[in-house]
Amino acid sequence: METKQNSWKDASKKNIRQLAYWTGGWVVTMAIASFGQKYFWEGNTVLSIIFIFIATLVGIGMILMNRKYINSLDEMQRKVHIEAMAIALGVGVVGGLSYSLLDQANVIGFDAEIADLVMLIGITYLIATFVGNNKYR
Amino acid sequence: MKNKIKVLRAEHNMTQAELAAEVEVSRQTINAIETGKFDPSLPLAFKISRLFEMPIEDIFQNE
Repeated sequence: METKQNSWKDASKKNIRQLAYWTGGWVVTMAIASFGQKYFWEGNTVLSIIFIFIATLVGIGMILMNRKYINSLDEMQRKVHIEAMAIALGVGVVGGLSYSLLDQANVIGFDAEIADLVMLIGITYLIATFVGNNKYR
Repeated sequence: MKNKIKVLRAEHNMTQAELAAEVEVSRQTINAIETGKFDPSLPLAFKISRLFEMPIEDIFQNE
């Protein structure tokens, strides 16, 4: 029984660790692709393309790892994450489009950036996961 | 859905963590099922019934 428990927990921990590595890798490669062209190789399109390509490849790896992680969860944990993803997607689409319209109508005094939308989706997903976990506690 | 998992667990002298390990879910999931906050899927209900060697309808009752 101990071995069975450990193997399930170990597999779960391993998936979380791998997802963290892929996410960290994606953030780093995105940062290099983003700030590199600004501070290190200004005007060098070839280097920009190479690093954007690398960041995209690592991003695809992160997406696949996230799918593996979600599939490795038990059915209640999966339900919590699916509900959180549904809320995050909805808030992202509705909030993002409203934000863009505010920019187009010149209601806000700055440009609507995609990074704001990514943060909104991320924070919504975190809160929805936290609330979902508490609901079943 | 009501269930007798807590009673059966006590009869078999099992902790939530031990039952969770046997049916390969988290302890939180077993707790949510016991408290009626989460209804298990059919495969999980069958796993639990096989473990306690009882028919599924004797463990889970529709309220």
